[in-house]
Amino acid sequence: MLFLLQDGITNGAIYALLGLALVLVFAVTRVILIPQGEFVTYGGLSYAMLATGQVPGTVRLAVAMGLVAFGLDLFVARKSLRLRQVARSAALNIAFPGALLALTYSLAGPRTPIAVNIALALLIVAAIGLFLYRIAFQPIAHTSVLVLLIASVGCHLALQGLGLVFFGAEGLRGPVLSNAALTVGPLRFTGQSIAVYGLTVAFIVGLWLFFGFTLMGKALRATAVNRLGARLVGIRTTLSGQIAFLLASTIGAISGILIVPITTLYYDTGFLIGLKGFIAAIIGGLVSYPLTAVAAILVGIVEAFSSFYASNFKEVIVFTLILPVLVLRSLAAPAVDEEKD
Amino acid sequence: MTQRLPLVIFAALMAVIPFVPGVPPFWIVLLDNIGLAALVAMGLVLLTGVGGLTSFGQAAFCGFGAYTTAVLTTAYGLSPWLTLPLSLLVSGIAAVLLGLVTVRLSGHYLPLGTIAWGIGLFYLFSKLEFLGRNDGISGIPPLSIGSLKMLRPDTIYFAIWIAVLISALLTMNLLDSRTGRAIRALRRGHIAAEAFGVQTPRAKLLVFIYAAVLAGLSGWLYAHFQRAANPTPFGAQAGIEYLFIAVVGGAGYVWGAVLGAGLVVILKEILQSYLPYIFGGQSQLETIVFGILLVSLLQLAPTGVWPWLMARLPFTPGRKQPDPSLTLPPRARAPATPSALLHVEGARKQFGGVIAVNDVSFDVQAREIVALIGPNGAGKSTTFNLITGVLTTTSGTISVLGNKVDNAPPQEVVKLGVSRTFQHVKLVPDMTVLENVAIGAHLRGNSGAISSMFRLDRTDEARLLAEAARQIERVGLGGQIDQLAGSLSLGQQRIVEIARALCADPILLLLDEPAAGLRHMEKQRLAALLRQLRDGGMSVLLVEHDMGFVMDLADRIVVLDFGTKIAEGTPGAIKTNPDVIKAYLGAAA
Repeated sequence: MLFLLQDGITNGAIYALLGLALVLVFAVTRVILIPQGEFVTYGGLSYAMLATGQVPGTVRLAVAMGLVAFGLDLFVARKSLRLRQVARSAALNIAFPGALLALTYSLAGPRTPIAVNIALALLIVAAIGLFLYRIAFQPIAHTSVLVLLIASVGCHLALQGLGLVFFGAEGLRGPVLSNAALTVGPLRFTGQSIAVYGLTVAFIVGLWLFFGFTLMGKALRATAVNRLGARLVGIRTTLSGQIAFLLASTIGAISGILIVPITTLYYDTGFLIGLKGFIAAIIGGLVSYPLTAVAAILVGIVEAFSSFYASNFKEVIVFTLILPVLVLRSLAAPAVDEEKD
Repeated sequence: MTQRLPLVIFAALMAVIPFVPGVPPFWIVLLDNIGLAALVAMGLVLLTGVGGLTSFGQAAFCGFGAYTTAVLTTAYGLSPWLTLPLSLLVSGIAAVLLGLVTVRLSGHYLPLGTIAWGIGLFYLFSKLEFLGRNDGISGIPPLSIGSLKMLRPDTIYFAIWIAVLISALLTMNLLDSRTGRAIRALRRGHIAAEAFGVQTPRAKLLVFIYAAVLAGLSGWLYAHFQRAANPTPFGAQAGIEYLFIAVVGGAGYVWGAVLGAGLVVILKEILQSYLPYIFGGQSQLETIVFGILLVSLLQLAPTGVWPWLMARLPFTPGRKQPDPSLTLPPRARAPATPSALLHVEGARKQFGGVIAVNDVSFDVQAREIVALIGPNGAGKSTTFNLITGVLTTTSGTISVLGNKVDNAPPQEVVKLGVSRTFQHVKLVPDMTVLENVAIGAHLRGNSGAISSMFRLDRTDEARLLAEAARQIERVGLGGQIDQLAGSLSLGQQRIVEIARALCADPILLLLDEPAAGLRHMEKQRLAALLRQLRDGGMSVLLVEHDMGFVMDLADRIVVLDFGTKIAEGTPGAIKTNPDVIKAYLGAAA
């Protein structure tokens, strides 16, 4: 019983991280980030490949996306090209992923320290997240939640397909972060699971502090509520979106790196993991961080117990979990809300 | 008949294709697949494009249709024709159960919910013993008529495309009706539709079931076409693809679904057969291209291909003019009581700590024009929303002809004969003026969805449209009757709202800033119209900022300031009331 609970909490903590990222992106950009799961697989599998001394294809994707983003920047600003602007765009979209590519090729090898591999995987996925916003979402940032959602599904399809190209159909596992273990009573805590708990708590507290107490965090929230209003008071809404995606992809990659030593990741695993984070995020109403974290742990526990008692119907049970939540949400939903599109 | 001509030509064309010598059998298979996808996408057009409810879970309803017939024909030996109604019924019942839970969800909760149960059902299909788990069910008998067994793609072709054409016809009939207008109004929010008696949750459930039944039909055909059913084609990926088809074709258009299905199925085929040549043997490359195409399409042509094509047609499809000789019977009235027409007693509305309306009381008598005035933020529109049931009161009572209506839903209020316009115009911009105004007469018709689909509603429909046309003529917009409401100026849109409100045959008309955006002459015409309505027995309660207009027109004026009534009286008395002058011009004046 207890080990099921422990297993559930460990998985739940991962879902919580993803749920937090989803809430973050939705709160700032109104994008329901289906590709969050791809950030997980990209992060985890890039790390696993780096650990075997190979260069993951994701770094080339980052460079390619950077080029497209640069092209878009040039195209949008074609009427009023200024050197400083072009230089800044080139630095972000070309020099940064280019340097990453060079770094990865020069550092990758069988004896590269784990920390370097983690840093590289994180940077690669962060860059992909950043460029994804620039390419896919920034041009349609003003449209309805629905259009953004459909675009998000499109990104998921493309990224998952690319995942197959980069990592193949075989699953991969990565090396653990630490071999330390701790026994408390009947339970054995591995260093890995302690890292999972620690990082989850750190992120929840960090996000809470960031959004509640910093000017940047407040600016991001203002963007979510009213883009035009935020722009009028001098908030750069595109920057807010980029920051949100940067944070989300980093969180996704961290989750991936945390779980790849525990379970074998396949190129399409991320989607399901991300969706479970979703269920948590929906329970949290896509706005509340603490509620999302609690819900995610609940999802993890339900999953652990149902995989033990009714393993065939594990996914059915987890995904049906959402229905009672939706019923409650719809009962509590405000009667008056007008769609604006 | 001329409206049906393109459909007849299309049907004839599709009927001829299999007989053209030299058509590769492979093309027929593609056309079969296009037809199957078009059926599901058509449901999505209604659900997503028209009704504004996005569903990623339609593939699961195909699964219900396919598995129902698979189980019943293989395990119980039922005839496929017998399982058709059962397949549709099972999909429909599944839709009722899921719909009751999901359609009430607002905005983005709905698509998220559909993703979740779409995946849940996929796993259920693949784990249940009697559905054959992951292997599914094979050996499903083919469809047959007499001795003709539809074993080959070119025989079942006819079954599939007859289903597509009939569904398209029924769907278009449904959209062009009283129920259809209610569905089309859903996407623009509930408030306006509910103010004219549309039961929006019911309308949403209706489209949800309709889309599910179409998907079930597609699943039933699929099962007998493939003669096997397994979980893969009913998973989340397929659900996403159906939505993609609807978006590509043009999510608001029935024929967009067919066009989109054609484009996507063919594109997929081409990608699957040529991409491996270009990039080597990697599978799933088509999903990458698919995803990228979807994102670029949303950025470049968010409305889809069909409307883009239609805009390039050299002619515009004409429409029938309503027959002016038809009339609607006036609506049954609530029995008249000696009390005032509208009686507001101590109405209060608090939003948290803000008191928007503070114990306001006033009456409106029969044959009277009452104006509600006050500075911005005085609570005028909130008072309107309390009377019409859009908002619930915190305390106090509101009654119409002696019937209490505080906290009654908007649909009940309009039944008592209170109709309204909105400060922020709430028309459906991509519907014509006539169709928008006809929504106002929603409660005066009674044809339902089924009778509309089979065109049994035509006499009822003709009367509704005639009434709408008469009200449009009455407010002086006869020249714009066939224009899209979104193309009119804001002032004209306000007038369209008045026509819509008049269509409900009200005894009390609530107008929220009707003269805003009108020119001087137009204001005078509006005032004349309102006087004429009053003399005909109607009462009017209006909010307006144009003092000249109000003083000239109103029999009585109620003045609000910061949610509180500060004065009430004839225009003459209000003009000289010191409190009113203070509220408008400040203390120093």
